Amino acid sequence: MQTLMINGQSRQVDVPEDMPLLWVLRDVLDMTGTKYGCGIAQCGVCTVHLDGQPIRSCVIPVAAVAGRQITTIEAIDETAVGQAVQRAWLEHEVVQCGYCQSGQIMAATALLQNNPMPDDQAIDTAMAGNLCRCATYTRIRTAIKSVARS
Amino acid sequence: MPMQKESTLDISRRRLLQGGSTALTGLILSSWLPPLVSKSVAAEAATAGRLGDQSIDGFGAFVRVGHDSRVTVISPKIEMGQGMQTGIAMMVAEELEVGLEHVTIQEAPPNTALYADTLMQFQATGGSTSTRYTWEPLRRAGATARILLVQAAALRWRVAPSLCRAENGRVLGPNGQNASYGELVGVAATLPLPTEVPLKTPEQFKLLGTPARRLDTPSKVNGKARFTIDLQIPGMLVASTVTCPVYGGRLRSVDDQQARKILGVRDIVRLENAVAVTASNFWACQQALKALRIEWDLGANVSIDSAQLDEALIEASSRSGVIAKREGDIEQARQQSASQFEAVYEQAMLSHSPLEPISCVAHVRPDGCDLWVGTQVPVFAQQTAARITGLPENKIQVHNQLIGGAFGRRLDFDFITQAVAIARQVDYPIKLIWSREEDMTHDLYRPLYADRLNAALDQQGRPIGWEHRIAGASVLARYIGSLPSSGVDADAVEVAVEPIYHLPNLQVRYIREEPGVVPVSWWRGVGPLRSTYALECFIDELAHNAKADPVTYRLSLMERQPRAQAVLRLLAEKTGWGQPLPAGQGRGIAVSAVFGSYVATMVELEMQGETAFRIKRLVSAVDCGLVINPTSVTAQIEGGTLFGLSASLFNEILIKNGQVQQTNFHSYRQLRISEAPPVEVHLISSLETPGGIGEAGTALIGPALVNALFAASGKRIRRLPLSRMGYYPV
Amino acid sequence: MKLTNILLAFFTGTLVAHSAQAQEDLIRQGEYLARAADCVACHTVPGGKAFAGGVEFKLPFGSLFSPNITPDKETGIGNWTDDEFVSALQKGVGRDGKHYYPAFPYTSYSKMSRDEILTIKAYLGSLEPVQQAARENDIGFPFNQRWGMFFWNLLFHDDEQFQVDNQRSTEWNRGKYLVEGPGHCGECHSPRNLFQAVSSDRSLAGNLIQGWNAYNISSDPVHGIGAWPTEVLADYLKEGMAPGWGVAGGPMAEVVEHSLRHMTDADRQAIAVYLKNTPARSEGVARPAPTTMTEKGDDNALGRKLFADACASCHRWDGSGNQSLAATLIGLKTVNDPAASNLLGMLLSGHGSRDTPVDRRMPSFGTLYNDQELAALSRLILSRFGNNEAHVSEQAVAKRRTESLH
Repeated sequence: MQTLMINGQSRQVDVPEDMPLLWVLRDVLDMTGTKYGCGIAQCGVCTVHLDGQPIRSCVIPVAAVAGRQITTIEAIDETAVGQAVQRAWLEHEVVQCGYCQSGQIMAATALLQNNPMPDDQAIDTAMAGNLCRCATYTRIRTAIKSVARS
Repeated sequence: MPMQKESTLDISRRRLLQGGSTALTGLILSSWLPPLVSKSVAAEAATAGRLGDQSIDGFGAFVRVGHDSRVTVISPKIEMGQGMQTGIAMMVAEELEVGLEHVTIQEAPPNTALYADTLMQFQATGGSTSTRYTWEPLRRAGATARILLVQAAALRWRVAPSLCRAENGRVLGPNGQNASYGELVGVAATLPLPTEVPLKTPEQFKLLGTPARRLDTPSKVNGKARFTIDLQIPGMLVASTVTCPVYGGRLRSVDDQQARKILGVRDIVRLENAVAVTASNFWACQQALKALRIEWDLGANVSIDSAQLDEALIEASSRSGVIAKREGDIEQARQQSASQFEAVYEQAMLSHSPLEPISCVAHVRPDGCDLWVGTQVPVFAQQTAARITGLPENKIQVHNQLIGGAFGRRLDFDFITQAVAIARQVDYPIKLIWSREEDMTHDLYRPLYADRLNAALDQQGRPIGWEHRIAGASVLARYIGSLPSSGVDADAVEVAVEPIYHLPNLQVRYIREEPGVVPVSWWRGVGPLRSTYALECFIDELAHNAKADPVTYRLSLMERQPRAQAVLRLLAEKTGWGQPLPAGQGRGIAVSAVFGSYVATMVELEMQGETAFRIKRLVSAVDCGLVINPTSVTAQIEGGTLFGLSASLFNEILIKNGQVQQTNFHSYRQLRISEAPPVEVHLISSLETPGGIGEAGTALIGPALVNALFAASGKRIRRLPLSRMGYYPV
Repeated sequence: MKLTNILLAFFTGTLVAHSAQAQEDLIRQGEYLARAADCVACHTVPGGKAFAGGVEFKLPFGSLFSPNITPDKETGIGNWTDDEFVSALQKGVGRDGKHYYPAFPYTSYSKMSRDEILTIKAYLGSLEPVQQAARENDIGFPFNQRWGMFFWNLLFHDDEQFQVDNQRSTEWNRGKYLVEGPGHCGECHSPRNLFQAVSSDRSLAGNLIQGWNAYNISSDPVHGIGAWPTEVLADYLKEGMAPGWGVAGGPMAEVVEHSLRHMTDADRQAIAVYLKNTPARSEGVARPAPTTMTEKGDDNALGRKLFADACASCHRWDGSGNQSLAATLIGLKTVNDPAASNLLGMLLSGHGSRDTPVDRRMPSFGTLYNDQELAALSRLILSRFGNNEAHVSEQAVAKRRTESLH
């Protein structure tokens, strides 16, 4: 039995220790906002925050996150920055198919929480691990900058 | 008009497609043809007579108005990121006189009679046909509903309908009367359909042509949107498969002793060419799949490598094949020519790799089957499920879902077939999910192509004869079972047979060369992507050989193409074409008419060393006719262009021992934000019929990039992707 | 009569049971030693039948192929006598009187006693025979002249068995025995001289072997493992990683996989205790000093881009292992080796198999990135996480591609 702190709530899950956090979220807790894309930390769609830092939940065993603060897309609007990022995403019509956008928003929120005024290089540095096959990159950049300005 | 029952529309896929194969050819060539059916069955069935009816059987084909005045638009097109459903909602809302905020979208169930795309002759989302097909019937459906609601109000108020008008979800009477659609719908539903349904002219549009927020996006920024892979059905288990690594191979035996011991695993299901595991979660499935000891009969393809395929294709490109187009006399032109020029362009095999891996929820019961799946082809989904289960088609319910990227992948239903084949062996619903590795190695791939172009040139280096040989596997034949008796794949030769350039003595040959080692399929950009690449690179080579400016040279050959000229001129103007650049920098262009739209794209890049380069600017000029939602058009050109850039730079599926070598994003590279230049989009204001836009950008970027590379480095690369030749972006 | 029969049957049964028990113990002992000696690593091709041989050893003078050591009578060692087997392991002389090349670590195995060696034989004999003929070695003149090995042995082979040092603890002695005997650590970790013999005065000082750097594992605190806490080192031998100290990559990962992780905690502790006590050799790659995580100079935009694209998700920009302890980069020699031997090895071939836990795997990037890109990425990593401005060239990457990646 593992005790997880997800979005401020304590959740008990009875899963093998090596089960990646992603599948605990999706298949055990039915929190499907966090997506599966590659399983090898190369696409970023599974990004969640662990103690405020963006991590890839597909390659982190649940045992490694027990007791630590996990934030998922479902609760990112409880932070001021997260909410601003979501607003900017809609404002700039970033989304196309939308499958990667949970991960993009989690990565962008973490970036802006750590660096409220990221330049292009900082955006590349923080966001390059997140693939978007619809290639909404131009608008992601614009939306991040618009949050930085506000 | 009563609704036709589905049972009377029992048209098998094969019959439909064979019977309609010329029509399907029409689909592919449709950029150039008016819709084959001017007034679709569906438009007639857009029956406001059923406006208020909430039952599945009874609703209007496209529009339903509730007693609460909410408007439901039944979308015959699936949303996969292209913004189509918002566009469709706009078309209906414009004529129905409601605000977009009153509109809810619902995916259409499979029903060929109601929802077949008249351009493609079947119910599908693809080929950049969505706007072009829905443009008339969806507006007509909205207008029909509005007319009936106005008539209902007029009856209530005992005034002439002409004295009433609809506005923002209400009908207003001559004496200040005022009723909501919800109040009127009961009566409106009993009225006969109007015989005349006039549509607004563009100057009357309030909504169409203005930037509108997408309706599907709010739930995609907070994690609430559910894609197929996210669905939870009561009693459902997750299923995952490992399919024979070589296409055409078969399952010989499997030892599942260890796999069964894994916590959460329920069943091991044997299929003809795969083994499936069902379990309480995907992780357990993966653990169990790894623990299976499988013996495959790998079949005949196991001896095939990419090098053989490449070689065979190059050889094929010299063969005669069949004539797809012949104008004038190419031989005579050659005899009269001052010189000839020939080049072969090769394009790699590609995977779709949408970020949502293949997934499908299926529940098979003795009396019926439900499918919850994001598919571009709901009717085919229904038909394959019927075939596998032996149930009649009307017992198969298809609940279409949001799609997490398709790019053509979900025009196929191989995975739906597999999901149903698993589900029929168990007594609970299953959600089939493929691992990324399975997804990438069991795709249906964009085939390899080789285009051999040969021009007979006059003294000035202008073409007086033109031969284009296209060699490759036929996607169309794979998709519909065979080619028409002409032997020409209409998709493969599109654009090549109707170029925007005036090319006297034009001859196009199609050479079908089937590697057979993997199945082939539609890929964003389809035929026009392939043809445009070859044609626009070749014309660029001819311009440089003639020491002519590439823009001027092109313009001189497109006198009869005002729209193509206009986008090219606009592009030249916006990009400062002709202004000198420092050494090591260059600009390249490409222009084409694709999917009913005209697009010109320019890449400006700077070499950094021998093979590294940086894209400094990427600009597109677009005339897609009348624009429904400019926001979506711009977004599609941006995304489509970068999608094509990713493929042009990096993408290539290779085969070794019959097996796909690329397994995940560590070996199949995708463009990332750090490599994605901004895409400047310039739209031409136009009242022409709306053209397709979802694939247009994708088709233009490859040649523009390669032409820019030549301008900057003097090196002419004829084979994509550039990474194969050692080039990389910095 | 009846009783006699019963008694006889009883005694015979017990005897048989007893000897069966003894044989089983022998086999179990042999299995442990065979693991400690990592026989499987050199005698099994990837995906092939265990112990059936055929592994290629690329040496400067040609290629050797390991033989089949399953009990197949024709192609394996099924017909070998005890003496023949012992002679092979202790003297490097085969059944036919031919001398082995020292790729086969008989110089180490000679530290094992005859009895110990025979337990290995018993174990191998208990396996399923596999019929698979050995591949002919591909060695050029004069190295194909096996009789030359006679003189080599005179010069370099000291076939003395292990001598206990009574001045030292039992643990230390056990460690020394495992390191120098069955474990044959020095075969990779000690530099070899011109004649491919291990240099005794540079023992465990590190060695480049088929492209991989078998690091200095002497007790030197900067270049060796002297600074590693003993229990961290013991744990590394079990887990194949010690975050902030080292990650077993390439061939060493296989040694952990096939050999070290199967040993007892006490044996691993003994190895660690002994290694911490070997003569310090101050040569080879140094552990990086704590770094400021900034790349000196600003001219490696490509390296930065690629690290952001493909690496930062797991390794993080601070190299901290916040995502995965196994991905910790700080403190590793691998990010401080100017030749980038193991760094390139890892980038080109990845790390772990599909059975490796998800947080310890790394995909290979050898096909994704070209030589220039991998060179730039390596420079970035060395500069940021090591303290090393070495210029990894694209030629170095190209060369590394041709070397062993496992």
